[in-house]
Amino acid sequence: MVSGPSRRNTPAGGVRARRLPTAVKIVIAGGFGVGKTTMVGTVSETQPLRTEELLTDRGVGVDDVEGVERKDTTTVAMDFGRITMRDEYVLYLFGTPGQKRFWFMWDEVALGALGAVVLADTRRLSDCFPSVDYFERRKTPFVVAVNCFEGAKRYDLAEIQMALNLGPRVPVMLCDARRLDSCKEVLIDLVLHAMKYRGLSEEAQPQNA
Amino acid sequence: MMPPDGPSPDFWAEDPPRPPAPPEPDAAERWLDEGAGPMVRPYVMTSGRTEPSRGTFDLITLVVAVGVEPDTTIGLGPEHLAIIRLCQTVMSVAEITGHLDLPVATVRVMLGDLLDKGFVSLQEPEPEADMHDIRIYKAVIDGLRAL
Repeated sequence: MVSGPSRRNTPAGGVRARRLPTAVKIVIAGGFGVGKTTMVGTVSETQPLRTEELLTDRGVGVDDVEGVERKDTTTVAMDFGRITMRDEYVLYLFGTPGQKRFWFMWDEVALGALGAVVLADTRRLSDCFPSVDYFERRKTPFVVAVNCFEGAKRYDLAEIQMALNLGPRVPVMLCDARRLDSCKEVLIDLVLHAMKYRGLSEEAQPQNA
Repeated sequence: MMPPDGPSPDFWAEDPPRPPAPPEPDAAERWLDEGAGPMVRPYVMTSGRTEPSRGTFDLITLVVAVGVEPDTTIGLGPEHLAIIRLCQTVMSVAEITGHLDLPVATVRVMLGDLLDKGFVSLQEPEPEADMHDIRIYKAVIDGLRAL
């Protein structure tokens, strides 16, 4: 914790320091148009906000900018929402742009994340490969949630697990990003999985994950 | 008698009507023209600086304003003051950038200034190495169930 110089006191003499809550985050990843923003909006207690990062020198080596150096700075937008958990914790959900060239941004979002939800669409399953790759490599606990779009063919979860070449311990589930109870279930399953992944569930949670 | 080269009443009549007054900004903090985008390039607001003088400011670092409301005479720009106004309630770095429609890097520099001057207090998130505090997981599960 870093705080401003404590000499700045209120007239009453005490520092007007409230006990600040601790923020935790969950990443919602997946391909373009798979429902990341929808999911963030469904569970967020506030209107989802958008944060923008300028893709400048940090994109070098990630984006090939040869020949377009004079091009205007690219902006990458990320939607996020917030859920207040009693007084001590605030949960933020970040919907990250799925493309591989935004990995510089993923690093920042994934660092210190409780875990990640990879949203998948069975019509374009390969769109979520980069996200799966990324979290596997980074050893961030994640679950795969298949967003059930109308008109999409329903697959068996085991088939999807196989198609994504996931380890047997990565949970795969169906969801509807528009429905709160469905998103809640996905997020709770993720947190339980993250606990297990980090070896925390034995004494604290019944083995229902 | 009208002076010969003075503007005739007709001249004035042809004057285009005044454009309607711009709509009142919905919030006092709204100092950007939505349509035109920011009027000042981000690096101007930070005097060309790209790194904050202090602190790292994760996207979910929580910020709250402390102490007295500053006046404008102490080297703070309108963006600094906008941040202080926003942070009367606890707010994450990401939320500040979202509300002010500014890039993250710009907000970080300005937060460094405010931290230097003692106008804000921070709560950094748990570092990744400390993700083994079971209370966090329990609180998040309870919070999600209560949604």
